[in-house]
Amino acid sequence: MNVLSAAAPAASTAPAEVELPETGERTDVDRPWKVIVWNDPVNLMSYVTFVFQKLFGFSKEKAHQLMLDVHLKGQAVVSHGPREKAELDVFRLHEHGLWATMEHDS
Amino acid sequence: MIRWDPRAGVYRIEMDEASRRNLRSLMEQFLAVLADPGSPVLHRLFPPAYSAPGDVALQDEYRRLMQEDLVERRRAECQAVMESAESSQLSEEQLLAWSRAINSIRLALGTYLDVSEDDPLRAPQNNEEWAYQWLSLLLEEAIEAMSRQT
Repeated sequence: MNVLSAAAPAASTAPAEVELPETGERTDVDRPWKVIVWNDPVNLMSYVTFVFQKLFGFSKEKAHQLMLDVHLKGQAVVSHGPREKAELDVFRLHEHGLWATMEHDS
Repeated sequence: MIRWDPRAGVYRIEMDEASRRNLRSLMEQFLAVLADPGSPVLHRLFPPAYSAPGDVALQDEYRRLMQEDLVERRRAECQAVMESAESSQLSEEQLLAWSRAINSIRLALGTYLDVSEDDPLRAPQNNEEWAYQWLSLLLEEAIEAMSRQT
């Protein structure tokens, strides 16, 4: 969920996001990315939940749910965005020892 | 025992001298391992950022730009733990550094021991298993203390 858009006033004058028709000219780099955290047998469940709260400001409930997704389903998407943002998120997750990768958000 | 002291705004660290010595010694050993970032035992500490087959060039760039930084941060954290290993109190920032450093060593030991989620709980059979279990308990304590505080 996008916290910023949820917090925006209802009568926002910001232009609505328009779905652009596919021109086939968009380069790969422009496409948004998603950051995935993968299950691993070493990282503690409490530690993973804590890192999600710390790095992304998630509530304890949301962080816990994402951790369970990682643990039970093998992976969870924890953030989306342009390449630079996704790469920074991956770097911070790596810094904390989590197994994170990024790929195009299709 | 690690607990948050709300009046002083610090984390109280109650550990005996032998535990503090163990912690320092493990950090020291890990620093030596970090000297060779290509070591297979460090495999889990430096996972690829880009996993898609088409992103090989991006992954090469990530490794080139970030790996040294990741190694350097871990080295600094280990040194910070060694310097504060005798402290009876830690700031949040220090306890976070402890947590990351402890987890880094757990990742290396877990790789070395080839741990899996199906491993049965059992008494440690060697020094590595003992250290892995001890660091896991210590990390749980740190996370619990920090989670309670927030």
